[in-house]
Amino acid sequence: MVGVSDFPFLSILTGAPLVGALVVAFLPRAKPELAKRVALIWSIAVAVLAAVMWVAYDAGGERFQFRESYTWIPAWDARFTFAVDGIALVMLLLIAVLVPLVILASWHDADSSKRSVPVYFALLLALESTMIGVFAAADVFLFYVFFEVMLVPMYFLIGSYGGQRRQYAAVKFFLYSLVGGLFMLAAVIGLWALGGKTFSWQELLSADFSTNTERWLFLGFFVAFAIKAPFFPFHTWLPDAGGAAPAGSAALLVGVLDKVGTFGILRYCLPLFPEASRWFAPYALAIALIGIIYAALLAVGQNDLKRLVSYTSIAHFGFIGIGIFAFTTQAGTGAVLYMVNHGLATGLLFLVVGMFVARRGSALVSDFGGAGKLVPLLAGVLFFAGLASLALPGTAPFVSEFLVLIGTFTVNKTVAVIATAGIILAAAYVLWMVQRTTQGTLNPALSTVDGMRRDMTIREKVVVAPLILLLLLLGFYPKPVTDVINPAVQATMQDVGKTDPAPAVQEASR
Amino acid sequence: MHANLSNAAAVPALAVDYVPAEGFLSSFWLLIAIPLASAAILLLLGKRADKWGHVLGVGSIAVSFVLALTYFFQLRGLDNKSVELKLFDFISVGSFHVDFGLLFDPLSAVFVLLITGVGSLIHLYAVGYMEHDPGRRKFFGYFNLFAAAMLLLVLGNNFVMLYFGWEGVGLASYLLIAFWSDRPSAATAGKKAFLMNRVGDAGFAIAIFLMFQQLGTVNYADVFNGVGSLSSGVVLMMGLLLLLGATGKSGQFPLQAWLPDAMEGPTPVSALIHAATMVTAGVYLIARSNPIFSANLTLQTVVVSVGALTLLIGCIIGCAKDDIKRVLAWSTVSQIGYMFLGVGLGGGAYALAIIHLLAHGFFKAGLFLGAGSVMHGMHEQTDIRRFGGLWRYMKITWATFGLAWLAIIGLPPLSGYFTKEPIIVAAFERDDWTAWLFGTAALLGAALTAFYMTRLFVLTFHGPKRWTEEIDHPHESPPVMTVPLVLLAVGSVGAGALMASSVPDWLTPVLGGRGEHEAVLSHNVITILSIAVTVLGVGLAYALFRNGTALQEQPAGPVVMAARRNLYADAFNEAVFEKPGIFLTRALVFLDNRGIDGLVNGLAAAVGGGSSRLRRLQTGFVRSYAMSMLTGALLVVAAFLALQLGWLA
Repeated sequence: MVGVSDFPFLSILTGAPLVGALVVAFLPRAKPELAKRVALIWSIAVAVLAAVMWVAYDAGGERFQFRESYTWIPAWDARFTFAVDGIALVMLLLIAVLVPLVILASWHDADSSKRSVPVYFALLLALESTMIGVFAAADVFLFYVFFEVMLVPMYFLIGSYGGQRRQYAAVKFFLYSLVGGLFMLAAVIGLWALGGKTFSWQELLSADFSTNTERWLFLGFFVAFAIKAPFFPFHTWLPDAGGAAPAGSAALLVGVLDKVGTFGILRYCLPLFPEASRWFAPYALAIALIGIIYAALLAVGQNDLKRLVSYTSIAHFGFIGIGIFAFTTQAGTGAVLYMVNHGLATGLLFLVVGMFVARRGSALVSDFGGAGKLVPLLAGVLFFAGLASLALPGTAPFVSEFLVLIGTFTVNKTVAVIATAGIILAAAYVLWMVQRTTQGTLNPALSTVDGMRRDMTIREKVVVAPLILLLLLLGFYPKPVTDVINPAVQATMQDVGKTDPAPAVQEASR
Repeated sequence: MHANLSNAAAVPALAVDYVPAEGFLSSFWLLIAIPLASAAILLLLGKRADKWGHVLGVGSIAVSFVLALTYFFQLRGLDNKSVELKLFDFISVGSFHVDFGLLFDPLSAVFVLLITGVGSLIHLYAVGYMEHDPGRRKFFGYFNLFAAAMLLLVLGNNFVMLYFGWEGVGLASYLLIAFWSDRPSAATAGKKAFLMNRVGDAGFAIAIFLMFQQLGTVNYADVFNGVGSLSSGVVLMMGLLLLLGATGKSGQFPLQAWLPDAMEGPTPVSALIHAATMVTAGVYLIARSNPIFSANLTLQTVVVSVGALTLLIGCIIGCAKDDIKRVLAWSTVSQIGYMFLGVGLGGGAYALAIIHLLAHGFFKAGLFLGAGSVMHGMHEQTDIRRFGGLWRYMKITWATFGLAWLAIIGLPPLSGYFTKEPIIVAAFERDDWTAWLFGTAALLGAALTAFYMTRLFVLTFHGPKRWTEEIDHPHESPPVMTVPLVLLAVGSVGAGALMASSVPDWLTPVLGGRGEHEAVLSHNVITILSIAVTVLGVGLAYALFRNGTALQEQPAGPVVMAARRNLYADAFNEAVFEKPGIFLTRALVFLDNRGIDGLVNGLAAAVGGGSSRLRRLQTGFVRSYAMSMLTGALLVVAAFLALQLGWLA
């Protein structure tokens, strides 16, 4: 039967932005508007394609759908295999939604740069292509290649178009990722050699390793993913990168690119190395937990808005981390939902911060103060993004955070209780940031800045409206997303060999 | 342990059962949806709605009130006085299932009537009070948002819905306290309220986790029916966590310090949110969870202790304050202490706490709105040392405030008498020596309440004028403000007797009936005592303050000094949490920039081959180095591609 499922969705979804990137890159430098428009329309077309996939996906169907497989390197049994489960699908949707908004939000970001405007937008599209590829890959080697190539466009986005200390931040980002990549490369080679000389994820799933081997292989992957996510103590590159990157790129960096780390753990570490995953779980929980508290405290202490948001992200990744390693359906589904919601919420937060920075010409909190008087609407959106970030009920992140915590509590009360303290700290860093930036007496220096006299433009409203709408929608009715994620998470839990505990009362009466 | 078991056995096994809502009642979700929609319109339309925003704001809550009355009468006609409405699946993952579900039962019905009824009057009053404020439309948007969240809080049919509304009122409360957010003090007060509430919320959240972990459900019906199968340690822990949440929202010890600062918000906010409704959410939580709290004696003793301690804290500080709104705020802390005392005593006292809560909703709203009316006529002055003799100039405010004053101090036949005195009696009915402890505390509180409220009343309306110079002729407020005052005063007078005779029976399906108890003193003796101490407090305050008071703060003994400084609770929080917190944060920022970053950079350098290369990060070599790495990576990719094309294979 030839149906939608035979249509090569994933290779087109991966390839289309790359083609778009090439087209945009070769547009004349003197016509920046044209480049912007083409990039925007191209990314919207990609989003439409992703939406069609969303409709065509059968939530109750097979674990992996839209499978395509083409010969690549027969000698290594590495193939161009694409397929998505529910987890990868929601990430693809997130990318497809965020990229057009980021392009629109970055409309003037490259104007003052000495570098080519079309190239900036081409890089964004190229980044989209590699990000889609990394989530769509179902071949370990293909995944690795995308994992590494993904760095290239981001490196140039930060290094060429970023703010202060961009060179330092870009190289630091690149080195950290590359070091992680080296660990992973070693593990990938090991996996291939000991797992039956294939890179096929499906076949590797049934490979058997000795306990020690499995732990080493796990560690190789885990270190790469922990740096990427990032988890404490590998996090120090993120505030630099997030602080220096243009706001739009930062939104993609933190909103999507970093999720490759947590996605990788779910897709590669857990199913391929179940015994090692269980063995390492307490350590992983520990660093995730430290991250929640530690990064939240650091966020409170930041004086740079973009670095502050970066630190909040590290704290959020801690929640995702405990959600993954608690090994329950609720915590796991919560973790994946968290990845989506965090992309929307922190994406919005970065974009709004970018709007403030573009007006003020500075990201320092102390350069603001009382901004709500001048730009009430923008201040309101910042506050909303902050509320989503602190996981207030009614916004989407509440559901994911609650699921992570309740699911973790059923198996590990201590971890869940300490993590719950993180919700108090989240309120502290958000409200303090909002207060110092938008409330209180108006900073006299602020009213002399021309940009601050203008509240949100129509373009900016169009950027934030879909994100606000999605955050509210998923805050009240998360079911469409959880129903897609849930089967994939349950399959992953099965791979790890874990089942949800029964309620304690039933357990006792047995 | 033994006591717990025997107590658990004494609790009638109240099988909780709700029936689906049918017919007209199945639309009771509108109660929440109408103010929510109004809030959305007011906040989204922005300036375009400035002209008529307040009309929509008042109209939406008034419609909700009318609907609430209609539903209430429908509910009265039903045999099973509890109807449930499942709107949609909210969260459903594995065995964890939460409906977006609502419950309309006797307990939620009385709260809905209070919120929409008193809420309508305060909304109406705010039309006048906020008339000259450029943000009036936004104010009504937030006010409606608050009403919707509060209604969700009391109408949810499971603990997650309750939590949803709970956090929603926290948000609305923040927005309204910090309404004049260009004042640093208002912004700080809002943040303080939100943060202290979040501490309680964290406890509440963990209680919900515990329910799911133990019972596999968060629905009221299933949790309450499952309490019997829980060990007493689990019940105790669950109750203490819920109590932590309740103390946060209700401004009870140890989380009481935010409530007086919340007076930075406009006065109608103080009336609606920080007196009549939101702060009673903690009482609602405990009353709603009565099967949990009744199942453990230790737990009940803790609740009673929190109530008794807080009611005294509130009274003592209330005696030492000179700001009209802060006196009322501490009085709220103290009155909610009485309610906690009531719900902690359990049994029939649950219902007593609820009727005191309802009566308090009327007279405290009346007091706050009266205070707002005074401030309105006195150039926003709030210092009672600067009032005096106002009864001649604002007669309606004086009369209504006076009735509310008599109601709160509990003189018969006003409402406070019918609702507070029974709680004092119930405190004396405890089984052991604690009857004396808590009974005496409640009596002492009554005396102190009489004292500080009389001080407030006399200094404001009577005695010599002590006005600041720019005021020559204070004016009475316009009718849009005085009409709500009159209606609330009617409630302060009549509601007590009315409710004391009908509400406890109405609540029996939810809270259980009132059994027979023996007090350590006879009922009549307690009544006479409580009236006597009240008269004593009034007399003493009148004697001391009928001739006015000093305009400056006078030196005083350690107790008064401590009371003026809120019994050092703020100083304690600052010394124990805030200062160390700031230090920790700064230390970590330093550590993260130097220590962790340096360490990991060093490690990375070692892996990358020699730290000298990494040091070049700060130099001009950076780019070339990065480029060479990048080129390397690209070469690898190119090699793979070449492989695929068969050039190297």
